[in-house]
Amino acid sequence: MTTIRVTTEVNGDRVEFLADPRETLLDVLRDKLGLTGSKEGCGTGDCGACSVLLDGRLVSSCLVLGVEAEGRKVETIEGMAPGEELHPLQRKFLEHAALQCGFCTPGFLVASKALLERNPDPTEEEVRYWLAGNLCRCTGYDKIVRAVLDAAAEMRGAG
Amino acid sequence: MRYHTPQTFEEAARIAATGSGTTRFLAGGTDVLVQMRTGLVTPDDLIDLKHIPGAYDITQAPDGGWQIGVAVSGAALGEHPELGRAWPGVVEAMELVGSTQVQGRATLTGNLCNGSPAADSVPALVAAGAVVRVTGPDGTREVPVEEIPEGPGKTALVPGEVVSALLLPPRGAAGGDAYQRFIPRTEMDIAVVGCAVNLTLDGDVIRAARVALGAVAPTVLLVPDAAAALVGSHWDDGARARIEAAARAAARPITDKRGTAEFRTHVAGVLAGRVADIAYRRAKGEQT
Amino acid sequence: MAKDDVKQAYKLVGTRVLRPDGLDKVTGRARYGADFAMPGMLYGAVARSPHAHARIVSIDASKALALDGVKAVVTRADLPEGLTGEDWNLQENAMAGEVALYDGHAVAAVAATSALLAKDAARLIEVDYEVLPHVTDVDEAMKPDAPVIRPGAADHTVPDGMPPNVVKYFEFGRGDVEAGFAQADLVRERTYRTEATHQGYIEPQACVGQLGSDGKGEMWVTTQGQWYVRKMCADLLGLGVAQLRVTPSEIGGGFGGKTTVFMEPLSLALSRKAGGRPVKLVMDRAEVLRATGPTASASMDVKIGMKADGTMTAARAEFRMQGGAFPGSPVNEALECAFAPYKLAAVEHIGYDVLANRPKAAAYRAPGAPMGAFAAESLIDEMARELGLDPIELRLLNVVEEGDRSSYGPKFKRIGLREVLEATKVHPNFSVPLGPNQGRGVATGFWFNYNGDTSVSMAIAEDGTAQVAVGTPDIGGGRASIGLMVAETLGVPYEAVRINVVETGALGINEPTHGSRATFATGKAAVLATEQATREMCRRAAADWGIDPDAVEWVEGAAQPAGPNAGKFPPMSIAEIAGNMSNTGGPIAGHWEGVPRGVGASFGTHVADVEVDPETGRVTVLRYLVVQDAGRAIQPDYVEGQYQGGAVQGIGWALNEGYVYGADGRLQNAGFLDYRIPVASDLPMIDTVIVEVPNPGHPFGVRGVGETGITPPLPAIANAVAAATGVRLADLPMNPPRVLAAIRSRMDD
Repeated sequence: MTTIRVTTEVNGDRVEFLADPRETLLDVLRDKLGLTGSKEGCGTGDCGACSVLLDGRLVSSCLVLGVEAEGRKVETIEGMAPGEELHPLQRKFLEHAALQCGFCTPGFLVASKALLERNPDPTEEEVRYWLAGNLCRCTGYDKIVRAVLDAAAEMRGAG
Repeated sequence: MRYHTPQTFEEAARIAATGSGTTRFLAGGTDVLVQMRTGLVTPDDLIDLKHIPGAYDITQAPDGGWQIGVAVSGAALGEHPELGRAWPGVVEAMELVGSTQVQGRATLTGNLCNGSPAADSVPALVAAGAVVRVTGPDGTREVPVEEIPEGPGKTALVPGEVVSALLLPPRGAAGGDAYQRFIPRTEMDIAVVGCAVNLTLDGDVIRAARVALGAVAPTVLLVPDAAAALVGSHWDDGARARIEAAARAAARPITDKRGTAEFRTHVAGVLAGRVADIAYRRAKGEQT
Repeated sequence: MAKDDVKQAYKLVGTRVLRPDGLDKVTGRARYGADFAMPGMLYGAVARSPHAHARIVSIDASKALALDGVKAVVTRADLPEGLTGEDWNLQENAMAGEVALYDGHAVAAVAATSALLAKDAARLIEVDYEVLPHVTDVDEAMKPDAPVIRPGAADHTVPDGMPPNVVKYFEFGRGDVEAGFAQADLVRERTYRTEATHQGYIEPQACVGQLGSDGKGEMWVTTQGQWYVRKMCADLLGLGVAQLRVTPSEIGGGFGGKTTVFMEPLSLALSRKAGGRPVKLVMDRAEVLRATGPTASASMDVKIGMKADGTMTAARAEFRMQGGAFPGSPVNEALECAFAPYKLAAVEHIGYDVLANRPKAAAYRAPGAPMGAFAAESLIDEMARELGLDPIELRLLNVVEEGDRSSYGPKFKRIGLREVLEATKVHPNFSVPLGPNQGRGVATGFWFNYNGDTSVSMAIAEDGTAQVAVGTPDIGGGRASIGLMVAETLGVPYEAVRINVVETGALGINEPTHGSRATFATGKAAVLATEQATREMCRRAAADWGIDPDAVEWVEGAAQPAGPNAGKFPPMSIAEIAGNMSNTGGPIAGHWEGVPRGVGASFGTHVADVEVDPETGRVTVLRYLVVQDAGRAIQPDYVEGQYQGGAVQGIGWALNEGYVYGADGRLQNAGFLDYRIPVASDLPMIDTVIVEVPNPGHPFGVRGVGETGITPPLPAIANAVAAATGVRLADLPMNPPRVLAAIRSRMDD
């Protein structure tokens, strides 16, 4: 199997890796770059646990090949709070107890961040539909939706 | 598996034509990667079309028609202000495909070429009278969208042919289109039934119509009888009953894990009526 | 504080603190099952049967082994022979022997230097099958001429003459049921069916196993119970149990499905064969659905007699459940829970545990109880409507209370069902006016709650902070609730306590986080261990002061003389005692091991408002209310979270989830695309009311809150759909085709 050298940017850092063209971006992030915050819940784009931003666009990293990342920008959960301070969404998820097992949490946070960047004042319905591709089996979504709405309100206030 | 990044559609077609085993084109990848992952298909040659100039472009021709690049994602389609005003049914149909994440990658062309009878955007494209430009070893041809699907997973494209652009006609005045599907949940399901209606008015009277159904036959169906049920009417109760009956008569679904044949047939009629109503109101210039 | 004296006011218990593992979980740092990597690690993959029932004629792995980088292949021949009982069942389920018993049953496993290579190799393993007739439906499996899954599998409970796939039989009750029905003004009997559902945890099974030729091994694994994994793996591989060291990862949901093993023993078998290199095995979603442990499917007859005023005179249940190709469906629990909310003089239960060609059922949140509640509460609702009675008043009329004998036998201790029903009645949701095509459904559910083997060790650090080693993995906030109870007992800030979920080498055996037991059992054990440490600290202070240790008490984080007669000394703080402990006798610690007594059962009542589209059969949940007795909510956010999560799993079960088998016996919906768990846009906010009737058997009154919440939703939704449409659906899931067919058949009448 021929591997392909790929150069890309992950969370602001330039990285290089060798990928089998069959490997997904999720495989590469987790197994080659040590970024295990993105999770595999299904491998078929149905659960959202592997959500990342690719050139600023929300995607499932299990539905992107590693080789497709060449020359592009990838943002993962690990880049959401680069310093000591959490992103408001991360803080609100903690304050609202919007996680139980926490496995889906990185995907929800990345997806919610993408939402609030496009729509700083979403309705409950807009939050629910935007996040419909992020499955959570623990919470029933109630506290997640509240956390996102509260983070949006705080971020609007700060802006 | 060999991964290719051709710079032109001609080159893509050439790679596909000379490939020795299984070939797949990669645009959004939301179907191809799932097939690879589940072991359904392991291509010998995977041809990524996203490096071809124009693949991400949406352009309007002088006559008002639209050309949509093969890598334009559902999200990008939805963000285009003029296209959404001209063909709201096509855009809303594409936006129903998968999750927000899938929207970041999935394309109209991919949805079509995957060959699923339940593809959401295909009934809307068929109703809109969309055409695809196909590049092959022998040059380029244009094919109406309804002639592309031939059965579940099968298309009329021959080896070495690749869809190089999708073309929507000019909207023109007093026209409207719409698409709805029925799914068990509110999101994330494959259509159990889909229906698209595209019509143009002359005053209050429907002058022309195209109606397409998804997931009720081995391919997306263009249903002339359902269109005929509308033409000449003011979209009254009689027209609604006629289009419901015509849609049900055209449906020849199967029973599977997503729904029974009886359910699909009934709901095809329900959706036809609901969707025609939206298309009519859009053609009248109402906000829907 | 006397053990049975439940205090009412606390500094920390009942507050909404942040969970201690939260930061790791919102930053992606938390390590789950698939996040572990070890030096020299190989990757495994499993070859699985595509047939529902097939004799394995031969397995040829030569092509797989010929691939460069493939290090080991294991089949059943690599596992020890001679196991019996549940050990044999687990081994047979982990790897088929002579016969593949269901679609997805493992037949071989391979280890290679990359995950892709392992998958390629697994596809190259050639298995020659002789396909056998199969059966997947429980009623079909009970027919005398059904394909026999395993001859001779029935145990001593099964009377002679039963069909061959019946492997366990249950019969219990009391009173004269026929006389009870004769006294009734209304008797109704119905049959209900529920399809198998999956726990649907988002994290697939994953482990890294390492086993040397010396029989010593290690495993890092996502599990609800590391000691269960250790025992099961050791038994299945013929190892000394203590030679295996199992470390639990963070767990991405379990709901009962991670209380047992599936492919985990195979990672050890592969490792041993590959020279002891660690082997990582991670299931994909299709494997999770095909080959882990969903719950049973059920077919249930219920008969109830009622007086015109709603008084229940007798009840009878006859339930049939298949839990796959092995014994162990939760039919007994379903029977025990079905009528538990009601005072009954005469009650009869009959149950059949039936084999079918499906994967081996595992526990799923209150195993069996949701099915039993669906059957019983649907019929009670139907009868209440027929008699024109309010659903809450009818339940209050028959409500069980302290001292009443339960439908399943024992007498109830202090329980809070009456309080739950009273709180439901006055909740605003219960009186919101409904529109056309809308309906409201009410149902009650029950779960026993549980204790189990528990071992906890705590120690005081040099600065007076505290560490607690617990054996129950934290699934839904257990660290927070245990931390609050320990800090409260110790009289220190919540932040001064660290709860560590530890590996099997660090404590005596612990049962998993199951049975709603972690906050009850581990929490109680942690409090008792902490009290041991505070007694020791009182002793150190007493020694310093030169007074009798019994004259020292622990108050708000310090030792102080107990009363004026003990002497006059300023309180000695935990920091002071800890800072000096090396000079006063060495380490200060506390431990507790045993089976904590005093389990408190819990009840909940749910109110569902739905709207049904009469043209498509779509059911939309408009409002949803959960009222449940927690005993005591230690961290109310996570109690609400359990209520909400349980309710939504039940809503999914009621409406759109369910295993779909084709005529070929293969699972048709082995993915999240067609195994339709609820998504965010399907749901409203889930309203909750935490009722607190403290359990006298726990130092803070805890009952356990994990499971009861999934027991009422199935009938609550069904009752709401019946109210909205006028037709009652007796089969789950109530998906749109079924609802529409029911509505249209009524219109045809």
